[in-house]
Amino acid sequence: MLRDFFDKLEPHFEKGGKYEKYYALYEMVDTFFYSPPSVTHAASHVRDGIDLKRIMITVWLCTFPAMFFGMYNVGAQALGYMAENGITATGDWRFFFTDLLIAYNPDSIWDCFIYGAAYFIPIYAVTMIAGGLWEVLFAVKRGHEVNEGFFVTSVLFALTCPPSIPLWQVALGISFGVVLGKEVFGGTGKNFLNPALTGRAFLFFAYPASMSGDSVWTAVDGFSGATALSVAANGGMEALQGSLTWFDAFFGNMQGSVGETSSLALLIGGGFLLITGIASWRIVLGVFLGTAVMGLVFNAAGSDTNPMFEIPFYWHYVLGGWALGTFFMATDPVSASMTNKGKVVFGILIGVMVMLIRVVNPAFPEGMMLAILFGNLFAPTIDHFVIQANIKRRLARNVQ
Amino acid sequence: MLEHYLSLLVKAIFVENMALAFFLGMCTFIAVSKKVQTALGLGIAVIVVQTITVPVNNLILTGLLKEDALAWAGLEGVDLSFLSLLSFIGVIAALVQILEMFLDKYVPALYNALGVFLPLITVNCAILGGSLFMAERDYTFGESVVYGVGSGAGWALAIVVLAGIREKMKYSDVPSGLRGLGITFITVGLMSLGFMSFSGIQL
Repeated sequence: MLRDFFDKLEPHFEKGGKYEKYYALYEMVDTFFYSPPSVTHAASHVRDGIDLKRIMITVWLCTFPAMFFGMYNVGAQALGYMAENGITATGDWRFFFTDLLIAYNPDSIWDCFIYGAAYFIPIYAVTMIAGGLWEVLFAVKRGHEVNEGFFVTSVLFALTCPPSIPLWQVALGISFGVVLGKEVFGGTGKNFLNPALTGRAFLFFAYPASMSGDSVWTAVDGFSGATALSVAANGGMEALQGSLTWFDAFFGNMQGSVGETSSLALLIGGGFLLITGIASWRIVLGVFLGTAVMGLVFNAAGSDTNPMFEIPFYWHYVLGGWALGTFFMATDPVSASMTNKGKVVFGILIGVMVMLIRVVNPAFPEGMMLAILFGNLFAPTIDHFVIQANIKRRLARNVQ
Repeated sequence: MLEHYLSLLVKAIFVENMALAFFLGMCTFIAVSKKVQTALGLGIAVIVVQTITVPVNNLILTGLLKEDALAWAGLEGVDLSFLSLLSFIGVIAALVQILEMFLDKYVPALYNALGVFLPLITVNCAILGGSLFMAERDYTFGESVVYGVGSGAGWALAIVVLAGIREKMKYSDVPSGLRGLGITFITVGLMSLGFMSFSGIQL
C-alpha cells in the first residue's frame, strides 16, 4: 500500500513533473522505507547486499544502548543530587512535562530515564531539525540525495553534548558541522573531517563556558560536578579512586556528556559494529595500542607537578569520550584512512594524541574530540605514503 | 638544557605552527599545495632556508646590529637595529638564490615543479616571520638553530597535510562559487581547528 502511494507520487517529482525541484525530499522518504530502485542488472560485482544506507542505519541503531543509558544516567546524576540536597523541581519549561510523569525519585529507573529524556530529547530534536534543514536545503539546491549519513552525524553530535547545553547552541553547532564540515565539500563521502566533531569543536572553542568546565555536566541549575577527567587532572590517581571505582566508570555511573559515560553500552554497540565489519577493527586496535603505549610512557616518565602522568592507560579507556570516540567517531569510514596499514597508523596517531592532550595540555582535560579531528587531518597524507610505499615495493619486485 | 631545546622544537612545530597558528606564508601555502610530492619538495626547501637564515640572522643581529653590538670595533652606544628588517631580507634573498642554483643543477625535477614559487620563498612571510620572532624573543644562537628547524618543519608539515587533503578533495563536489581558493581557505580554517589541540600546552 505504501509502495503504491509512493509510485503514485513519483511522476510529480520526476524531471518535468510539478515538484521536480523537490525530488530530493521524495527520494529521502521513499528510500527510507524501501531500498533504492537503482539495482545492477548485468553480472553484478557486488559481493554483499550492504549499501551506504544500511551501514548508516546500522551505526545509528548501534548508538541506542549508549543513548538510552545516557538518558538514564543524566537523570540518575541529577535526581541523586537533588534528593541529597533537598532541591525540588526548578522553574524550567521541561518541568512542565516531567511534573506530570514522574515523582523525582532517584531510585526509580523510570523517573531517572524520563528526567534524562526531558534533557536529551530536546537536544536531539533540535539537532535533527536544524541539521536536517541544512541537509535538505543543500540536497534540493544542489541536486544530490539526502543521505542517511546525517542520521549518524546528528545522533553522534547529540550524544557528545553536555546535558545542560542551551538549545540554540545545539542548533548553531550542528549547522556549522553540517554546512562547513560536510556540505561545502559536496555532501556525505566528500568531506575530510567528521562533521559531528567539527560542529562540537566549533562550539567548544566558541562557547567554552557551556561546553567545558565543571558546571555543565549535571542537569540541575547551579550544580557543579566535575567529570572524572578533571578530577584526575587536579588530584591524580588518589582523587580519582576516591570519587569512583573503575567499574563505576566502565558501567557509566559518572558525570559526562550524554552518550559518553558508559563504556559498557558503547562496547555493546561498538562490538556489533566491529563484528559486522562496519567499523574497522584496525582503527580500534590502533587507538587501543596508541593509548596504552603513551600511557605506559607517561607512567614511566612520572611528574611531580602534573598528576595526570600517573593515571594508568586502562583508566583512560573508560573515562571521558574515549569509548564513544574510538568506536563511533574514529571509525567513520569517510574521514579515516582508507588503506589497511594506514588505518592502523591512523588509530595509533589518535591514541597517542588523545593521551598527549589529556596529560600534557592543561587547557583541555578531555582530548578525544581534538585527537580525532587531528587524526582526520593526517588521514589522507597517511594514505598517500602507504600507497607510495606499496608502489615502490611492487616496482622493486617486478624489476628483478 | 636538552629538555629546553626539545620543548622549543615541539613548540615551534606544533603549538606555534607558522601556517596554522600564525597564518604566515599563505600565498605559497595555498598555491603549491595541490600535490603531495611538490608540497613535500617545497616544505623541504622551506626547512633548509629557515634552518640557515634564522641562525645567520641571529649572528648578524647580535654581532652587528643590536645596541652596543659593535663594541668590539670600538663603537660604543651605536644601535643599528633599525637595519634589521633590511638585512634579514637581504640574507634570505641571497640564500634562496643559492638554493635555487643548487636545485637547478642537482635536482632539476623539483626545480621545475616548484617553478616561480622557489624565488617567491624570498618574500614568504613565514621565513621573514621566523627571523623576526627570533629577534623579538631574544633567542640565543643555539635556540635560533632549533627554532629555525622547528618553524620550518611545522610549516612543511602543514603544507604536506594540506596537499594530502586537497588530493583527496579531488572527489569532492564543491559548489561552483567556492571552487579553488574559497574551499582551500575553508580547509585551512578547519585544519587550524584541528591544530587547536595544541593551544595552551605550556612547555
